[in-house]
This record gives sequence, structure tokens and C-alpha cells, in this order.
Amino acid sequence: MTMTHSETKSARLSGTRIGYRFNIVGMVGLSIILFWALVAIFAPLIIPYPVGEIADLDYFGPMSPDFWLGSDYLGRDMLSRILMGARYTVGISLAAVTIACFSGVVLGMIAAVAGGWLDTLLSRFLDALNSIPSKLFGLVVVAAVGSSIPVLILTLSVIYIPGAYRFARALAVNINAMDFITVARIRGESTLYLIRSEILPNIVGPVLADLGIRFVFIVLLLSGLSFLGLGVQPPFADWGALVRENIGGLPFGAAAVMAPSFAIASLTISVNLLIDNLPRKIRDRSE
Amino acid sequence: MGNLVEIRDLKVEATTDSGRRVEIINGVSFDIAEGEIVALIGESGSGKTTIALTLMGYARPGCRISGGSVSVAGKDMMTLSEKQRARVRGTEVTYVPQSAAAAFNPAATIMDQVIEVTRIHGLMAADEARSRAVDLFRALSLPEPETIGSRYPHQVSGGQLQRLSAAMALIGDPNLVIFDEPTTALDVTTQIEVLRAFKSVMKKGGIAGVYVSHDLAVVAQIADRIIVLKGGEVQEVGTTEEILSNAKHPYTRELLSAFEPKPREAADTAETAPAPLLKIENLVAGYGPSQTDGLPLVRAVEDVSLNVEKGRNLGIIGESGCGKSTLARAIAGILPAAVGKIVFDGRELGRSARERTRDQLREMQIVFQYADTALNPAKSVEDILARPLTFYHGMNAKARNARIDELLDMVRLPRNLRHRRPGELSGGQKQRVNFARALAADPKLILCDEITSALDTVVAAAVIELLKELQRELGLSYIFISHDLSVVEAICDEIVVMYGGKKVEDITRAKVKTPHHPYSKLLFSSVPKLDPTWLDGLEQDPELVRAYCRR
Repeated sequence: MTMTHSETKSARLSGTRIGYRFNIVGMVGLSIILFWALVAIFAPLIIPYPVGEIADLDYFGPMSPDFWLGSDYLGRDMLSRILMGARYTVGISLAAVTIACFSGVVLGMIAAVAGGWLDTLLSRFLDALNSIPSKLFGLVVVAAVGSSIPVLILTLSVIYIPGAYRFARALAVNINAMDFITVARIRGESTLYLIRSEILPNIVGPVLADLGIRFVFIVLLLSGLSFLGLGVQPPFADWGALVRENIGGLPFGAAAVMAPSFAIASLTISVNLLIDNLPRKIRDRSE
Repeated sequence: MGNLVEIRDLKVEATTDSGRRVEIINGVSFDIAEGEIVALIGESGSGKTTIALTLMGYARPGCRISGGSVSVAGKDMMTLSEKQRARVRGTEVTYVPQSAAAAFNPAATIMDQVIEVTRIHGLMAADEARSRAVDLFRALSLPEPETIGSRYPHQVSGGQLQRLSAAMALIGDPNLVIFDEPTTALDVTTQIEVLRAFKSVMKKGGIAGVYVSHDLAVVAQIADRIIVLKGGEVQEVGTTEEILSNAKHPYTRELLSAFEPKPREAADTAETAPAPLLKIENLVAGYGPSQTDGLPLVRAVEDVSLNVEKGRNLGIIGESGCGKSTLARAIAGILPAAVGKIVFDGRELGRSARERTRDQLREMQIVFQYADTALNPAKSVEDILARPLTFYHGMNAKARNARIDELLDMVRLPRNLRHRRPGELSGGQKQRVNFARALAADPKLILCDEITSALDTVVAAAVIELLKELQRELGLSYIFISHDLSVVEAICDEIVVMYGGKKVEDITRAKVKTPHHPYSKLLFSSVPKLDPTWLDGLEQDPELVRAYCRR
């Protein structure tokens, strides 16, 4: 419907000046993510106690002015351990999700544009990879080569490449059927141009949303691996490892087991909230 | 007793995504008497469908009926509760949508869907509803009325499905039926039968109707009165005869004149000795795996030969599914031909675009029907036009910039449009950008695949005028593919009629009124004329119709 008429009222919503519309839920999600990102960067400067130091006399100590989140099963300060854990959880997940999505999306677009045997070969290979249960795969790799941060990052990204590939390929196949791709093809354009300039700009929105979901999955899988003792190794700990270490405090309702769980939940939920409420460009610019 | 429908000072407003409100209907008033068919006509965006929907008390998401009154059979649709409105919809006021194919559920039989209305409203027993539906099928002259109901929607043709959706609307015995462009998606030969069926059923039942369309000639056949809309306001109201013969409002006259494009002045044959540009010999193209004889399983184009001369235009005409678009794709190399020779400018071209040189690709450009899908929605107009300039001509930023301005001038678009994206342009503007991209390559031949079909009559006429002007200035040749005879007639020197993948007739301008082949005769006689008596007076040989129409 064309808007050919003079506008009657200009009751504008807040946050529309810059040409984007961003709602409050998305903003909350974004601020929690930024909070954790800042914590990850500046953790060594703000932790009240060294991570490995046994500071409290009691184990599974309650929340107190000295120990804001109580103490863990050895009497170490829980707040310090969570602040430091953010580095591992956020850092490893971010690295893994970047690798997974970049390779998956590039391969997916190539498969969609090239079609034919390359598409079949890539799809079947990644389907095969997809058929291996992810936790089991992680367990086997870590058990075989031992746990280190690079191994964790690579394992997590390999596990999530097939999903990113499938998603990007499905989107790109739809775009590939459009007339503007046909026009570009009979102009004589190369595959690289097609995927970079014609397809990518049209799928970048959903791909970013997918990146967010995949980030959440990776955080959860990393926490799961750490919970099983195969993730980040002591004395350092990511949030999953913190939950596992302190699982014995569950019967006492210790803050030590609740706090890292809440940290995982807050990060994953706010990523989800953000990707569901990404800023939207306003198309109505007739003013 | 007043009129069946009384609309007074209707206002509808929409909220845009920036929260701004715009009035899309500004104070429209009109009446519809019992048994009268009123047409709402206007270009897209004129608010005709919005008005029609308010008759059911409905506004599309984001829109709101903000003022005025709509009374149908004494009930004010504004003041009814949603529940009461639901009771009126389907029984008193019903709706026939534009695309019947999208309105039917592909997973249920037609009969179940047609009688669904009676079940929802508890109007009659299922058996009674079924026998009533069969009566309606017969009245709408559908084939095999007893058994057609047990089929699924994909098992009947588009024209039949459109009539079935009318049966769905009529089964609740309504006082008022809203037809929303019901024949726009149909071929002319099919459209006639559908229009006839609608007209006879409506007249017999004395049912009032609202017919929404942008095609004045179609409306002339069915409506008693015409309301011309533009920009959400009534421009002119009158009986069909008045509007057609004695239009007062300038916009109505524009609509009328757009319907009859000025014929192209015959090219000066003495001056331009015919130099062949494109020669197609015995081309076969199709889909599916190759058979043992090297031909594809489904042959959409069979053994077609054509000639296009420099500076001349060739029209290809035929109904949907006749292979005209496949032919264009085969010529452009998108779908490599299985057999046949394509000689362009003295050199034989490879069958697939990959086998052609960059210059060969540059000299032959194709413009697609839907500018919506032919322009990358993520790129600005500037970027879209810049790419062929860089790719084919290797221009630097400054030369490119100047050339983009020239191209925009050529297609009569304001230069400040270059930063917009396709989604921010109107249909006609998009088609111009689409065309400018083809011009950017400096081609010798442009294949136009139904480029005006998605546009309103007035806009389409403007695009055709533009094409003619550009031809005079740049010495282009066009292959113009369309199902609309009047468009092809307006621009082409020679017309090829296709049917079932074969070329059935070659017609030159001089002979355009007297085609020889029976299918050409049928096709040409099926084009609606601006004469309200045309449909009733039209006599087509039933043998011919049976032979060529898959109704």
C-alpha cells in the first residue's frame, strides 16, 4: 500500500530517531550481555580475592558482607570465581560460535550457489557429522587428546558447523531461486561475487539470529562438558565447572551452586531476548 | 426501504512502523441497491480492497476504521461486536479472493471446503448443503458438477478454482458478494468463461456485488455502476455507460486512454534495410532428464524459429503455459536449449550462458516480469545500476556516477531516488530500475518477459511509452513477451502467437485485425473491449473453445 497522503499525526515512538526501532526487551538483553562482556574483560581487576585462595573458614558459607555470593566447597570466594569464570564461558563460546558460523555459512552459500555434486558431497558429509551425538563427540575428543582451551574451541565449533551450514544453505537456496540471481548469473558473475554481494546481504539477518541461538547452545554444551569434568580444568573454572564442583552444596541450598547456574541462565536468556528483538530498520521514511 | 449498503464518510487509517498514522481512506460515501453490482476501480494503493473489506467490518492488520459508518442490510458493521460480525460474514456478506489457489486448503477436498460455511453457521444439514453446492457448480457451468467436489484443489484448473471459490461464497445465500480482482490472475480465454459464470449467477439470484478491479474493460462487462477511486477518495461515480462514454474526471479519462495505447507509428521501412539481429532456428527447450533422443522429458518449446531485425520489435503472445517464457530463457541462455541454433548479430551463440563471451552476454539483456524479485532488496538503486557498469565497462567511480544519473534520466526517475532500496519504490518505479539495469549494459536486444503484467493500466501504458522513446533514441530491438494483446500491439512490428510450445502464427502489423489460425482468432476475440455489451454479444465457436481452452 502506498502512502500518498499527507500525514495527519506524528505521534512517534521513542528510539526511532536514528531510523531503527529497538524495543525495551531487546535493550535489557543487550545490557546484560554487555555487562558480562565487561566482566570478562576486567575480571582480574575487580575480583575481591584471588581465585585459588581459600578465604573463608567455612565451606559452603552463606552470603555475607565479606563473601557476597558465599564460599564454595573449599571455602574459596564464589564471587571471584564467577567473575573469572565469565572469561572462560564467554570467551570460549564466542570463539567457537564465530568459527562455526563463519565456516558453516560460507560453505552453505557455496553449496547453494554451486549446486550439483559439490552440494551433494558437502551436504552428505556434514549430515554424517551431524548424526554423531554432540556430547558423545565432545567426550571422545576430549578424552582422546586431553582438555585444553584450543581443543575445546575446535571441538565445539566442529559440533556446530553442520547446523550453521544447514541453516545458511536453506536460506541461500531460497534466495538463489530469485530472478536477481539469474540476472547476475547471465551477466557472467563469479560464484564469489554471487555469495558475497547478492546472497549474503539478504540472509544476514536470520544468520545473526542463528548465531545468537548457536552461542546459547555452545554455552550450554561447554557448561555440560565442564560439569562432566571435561571442560576447563582446575584450579580455573568456567560456570559449568563451578556448578559441578559445588553440586554437593545442593542439599544445603548453598549460594555456591545457585549463583553460577543463575549466571548461565542470565547470559543464555538475554542472548535469546536480544536476537528475538534485534533493532529493526524503519522503512517508513516519508517524513 | 433504503439501499442494501450505505457507506457514509468512511475513514480508514493505518499505522506505519515508525508509529506515524496515515489516512488511507478519506471520507468515502456510496450506496449499493439490492441486486446491483458496483465496481470499485483504481490503481494499486487507491484503497479499493480496503473499502471492500470494510463491508465485512474488517480492516487489515495495522489498519483501523477510524470514522464514518458502513451499514449492510440495516446493520452498522462498525457497532457490531466481533462475534456478531462473524455471524454476518459468510451468510450475509461473502468474499471471493484474488488468488483462489491460495485461498483453498490443498489438503482437503473442494466439497468439504465449499460447504464449510454452512457447517460453521449451522445453516443446513450436510447433505442438503452438498446438493446445493452441486446446483451452484452447475449454475457456474463447471464441468462434471456431481463429482468435481470430491477432487482436491490441485486437480482443477485456475479458472475452475476461481469459480469454485465463488460457489463457496454463494452457498450461504448472501445478500452481498465482494469480488476482489477475481480474474486478474487468469488468461483472457479463461477469464471470459469465469466472467460469464459470475454474471449469470449474480443476475439470477438478484445478489448485490462489489467488484474490485483495476481493469476497466473487465468491469464494463459485469458492473451496473462504476466508482473510480484514487488516493483513498472517490473521483467519479456513474453508471457503466456514463463512465465509458462520458467520463468527466481527468483521472477517469486517463484510465480510459491508458486502456488504448497509441499505436506505434510504422517504422520507416525504406530507410532501414532489414538487417537481421537475432535468428532462431528450430529451437527445442524443456525440463527434466534427457531422453534417449537427446530431448528433455517435458518439452516446453518445440521447434520454434524466429527472426528479429535491427531496430524492430517482435511480440510473442500466448496464454500461460504456452512456453513463451521458456523460449525467452532459452534465448538468454538461462535454460540451455536442447536443439536449435541461436544466431545473434551474425555469430552463433552457445546454448548456455556460460559458453557465451562477456560481450555476447552484454549485448542481449533480459528484463523479468516481477521487479520485486528481479532487484536485490538489500541493495540501493545506485548499487544495482553500478554493477553492470563496472562489470561490463570497467568504469571508475566518477564515470559510473555520471552514467547512473543519465540512466535514471533515461527511464524518467528522479535522481535522488538512487539511494533508495527497491522496497521503498512503487511497482512502476521498480520496473523502471529493472529496465535501467538492462540499459546500463548498452545492449542491442532486450528480452522483455511480461514486464507490464504486474503493473496497473496507467503505469503500464507509461512504461510502454518509455520503451518506445528509448528505442527511437538508442536504436534498440525488443522481444516483447506478453499475454496481453493490446500491449504487444502497441509496441511490436511483428507478432508471434504461441500455443502449447509451438509457434502457431506469424502476424505482421498490417494483418493484426485478421488472424488466420483458429487459436489466434480465439485469443484475439477474447480480449475484453470497453463496451458493456461486448461479453453478451460475444460469440465464440464452441468447437474452438473446447479444442484450445483447458477450462
